[in-house]
Amino acid sequence: MFDAPSDQAFESFIDAQSRRDVLRFITCGSVDDGKSTLIGRLLHDANQLFEDQLTRLKRDSRRYGTQDGDIDYALLVDGLAAEREQGITIDVAYRFFATDKRCFVVADTPGHEQYTRNMATGASTADLAVLLVDARKGLTRQTRRHSLILSMLGVRKVVLAINKMDLIGWSQNRFETIVSDYKAYAKKLGFFEIAGIPMSALSGDNVVHPAIAAPWYDGPTLLRHLESVPATETDAHAPFRFPVQWVNHRRGDFRGYAGMISSGKIRVGDRIKIQRSEHEAEVTRIITYDGDLDEAIAGQSVTLALSEEIDVSRGDVLTTLATVRLFADRLSARLFWTGEKPLVAGDQFELKLATATRRATVERVTHRLDPDSAEREHTGHLANNDVGEIVLGLDWPLTMEPYAGNRDLGSFILIDREHFDTVGIGLVLEPDAPLAPRRGERKGRSGLRSVLRQLGFGPAG
Amino acid sequence: MGYDAPFVIPSASRERRLVGRAALTHLQRLEAESIYILREAIAQSESPVLLYSIGKDSSVLLHLAMKAFYPARPPFPLLHVDTTWKFREMIAFRDARAKALGLELLVHTNEDGIARGVNPFVHGSDVHTDVMKTQALRQALDRHGFDAAIGGARRDEEVSRAKERVFSLRSANHGWDPKRQRPEPWRLYNGLKCKGESMRVFPLSNWTERDVWLYIYQEKIPIVPLYFAAKRPVVKRKGTLIMVDDERMPLGPGEVPQMRSVRFRTLGCYPLTGAIESTAATLPDVILETLAASTSERQGRLIDSDGAASMERKKQEGYF
Ligand SMILES: Nc1nc2c(ncn2[C@@H]2O[C@H](COP(=O)(O)OP(=O)(O)O)[C@@H](O)[C@H]2O)c(=O)[nH]1
Repeated sequence: MFDAPSDQAFESFIDAQSRRDVLRFITCGSVDDGKSTLIGRLLHDANQLFEDQLTRLKRDSRRYGTQDGDIDYALLVDGLAAEREQGITIDVAYRFFATDKRCFVVADTPGHEQYTRNMATGASTADLAVLLVDARKGLTRQTRRHSLILSMLGVRKVVLAINKMDLIGWSQNRFETIVSDYKAYAKKLGFFEIAGIPMSALSGDNVVHPAIAAPWYDGPTLLRHLESVPATETDAHAPFRFPVQWVNHRRGDFRGYAGMISSGKIRVGDRIKIQRSEHEAEVTRIITYDGDLDEAIAGQSVTLALSEEIDVSRGDVLTTLATVRLFADRLSARLFWTGEKPLVAGDQFELKLATATRRATVERVTHRLDPDSAEREHTGHLANNDVGEIVLGLDWPLTMEPYAGNRDLGSFILIDREHFDTVGIGLVLEPDAPLAPRRGERKGRSGLRSVLRQLGFGPAG
Repeated sequence: MGYDAPFVIPSASRERRLVGRAALTHLQRLEAESIYILREAIAQSESPVLLYSIGKDSSVLLHLAMKAFYPARPPFPLLHVDTTWKFREMIAFRDARAKALGLELLVHTNEDGIARGVNPFVHGSDVHTDVMKTQALRQALDRHGFDAAIGGARRDEEVSRAKERVFSLRSANHGWDPKRQRPEPWRLYNGLKCKGESMRVFPLSNWTERDVWLYIYQEKIPIVPLYFAAKRPVVKRKGTLIMVDDERMPLGPGEVPQMRSVRFRTLGCYPLTGAIESTAATLPDVILETLAASTSERQGRLIDSDGAASMERKKQEGYF
């Protein structure tokens, strides 16, 4: 069954296949801006549709399509029955396609406000966002709300896809106005890169092939852009962080701590400490099924054996010795609230952060962000789909860091204590945050310490 | 961005990440992610089980489970829902693998369905699948009280799968409510559930068919020989090649099995699984043929073509 590969050619084919990197991106925008059509286009024009899928698509287009029997590419991604019937996208759908240059995972997300929570799922792991705008309508409230959430969840590269350009005669003027409006709005959102591309998802112009109708545009097509933008990688140079997932022990003879290295790297012989107890130990083995390693880096799932018999369990975090104490029972956080009822002080949740779970109480709702202006607004509650800042107290401390310093130790979900739904998505701003606003913070500004932390001068290893 | 910027999440560390680039390959990252998910599944459940369907995805899943808990054995049994219509080679392979790896294998068949004589030839694929797979799975999960079932489904297989979470909640009746899926950001899988509810966990969610084949090659993972081309007795029905795997297959008048060189892209109940004509008898040949293929792999599964929303309906009813 496993003959030696027949020839060199096969080996180099495999090699090339496994070297292609992956870009994860998300498409979002308001309902009917053309997200599903766009993804269908990408799959179709990048020749990623199989014959049988095309046949089924043609059949479904006649039955459910909105294109008078012509192919309705939206039906490729709107897979749920309710979506086909209502002609809307409810949930995030993941699609996979590849070109010679790169593999892509695209998360197509719902435009309906009611399903905004599903968009966050796709955004959290995206390297880039394609934000669709209907050229006739320009920026909408939903464009802005989505931008806030993208920014909050750490997406730093945005393609502003001005779609349906065919319906406004490929007006350069209109295109440029929308792009500059957006750039003005997005100034506060911390995106690194905003690339405006005029396109027609329906005809495919500037999606895969250049639009002849827009000779004034000399930028790349969407696909060209997606192929060339750098993907985000985990940082092997950051200090070592290892949230323990599971204790692997065999009666008497073996005890190891299983987890995924969150940042940095570890070598056999390195000394580490357990954040909770501040006990120290030496890493004696890095165990994998494929044999012990001398060194492991961020992103690898391994099992570590330690020199001391110390108390370590799920939820504990191993760090370098030089790391300051990261163990806290209060935090300020930025929160995307997806619960139905408004969030107010006194509400209690289960909070899950990395591999730890704690009881959390909302001590204060500090403010919400107005999606239209991205300005802070004082408030005592957060409504469904609001993004805002809160202070949480925990029944027992856990190891956390600002999101800026470490994504795994700086992000959490809030879980309803009755039906266990996930009702909030949060980022740690400041561990050990004070309950009352600090002096001089009345306008809701973060303290200097917090700003420094956010800029990456946080506790270092 | 400046001090006044109300909403800047720091970029310094994000950009810095680009420096330490590409230390892990795509397959290494997928592997690490799946191992992480497997460990979360057992850390967040009382009584987990791995649904072992004997196909190539299950083979990959089992291999990942061996890695995730090494040097311990995976802390859960394997469950195979046997419709009694699986290819004989699948059953032989199943028993050999469980034995070689030293894992507990539970086999469940819907005895009620057997007693009623449910049969894919007589009752069609819909009824057969519902009784012998969907209901059988529910029976098995209820009987053993499993609260987490780990399966090898991938998002690239089918449109409703593309919308499934990694940790996917099922009601006490094993139903799936696509409108009530929980947000699932980053790697924060929420495994909490009310009494009676259970989780389906899909560690291979982000794998594609291409990744699965490349990984099987890289890791030398054993798979059922039916994936490789060989001369096998087949008949052609409604344009699909069906292998005559045993004497239960009713042949029409004048229908004579022919020996043809075929292989399977997906494995299930033999009367419902189409073969493709191929001479790809080695893994490199299969990989080359697969990556250049012009039909998607589920084409071979007759149960998916019933209708656009058929898979979703099956899942709502408790099909895996
Ligand atoms: N004229 C024109 N129509 C478009 C274009 N893109 C999408 N549409 C149409 O706009 C409608 C909504 O598109 P759809 O992809 O379902 O939007 P979604 O709700 O964002 O997924 C459909 O009728 C599409 O055919 C475009 O570039 N030009």
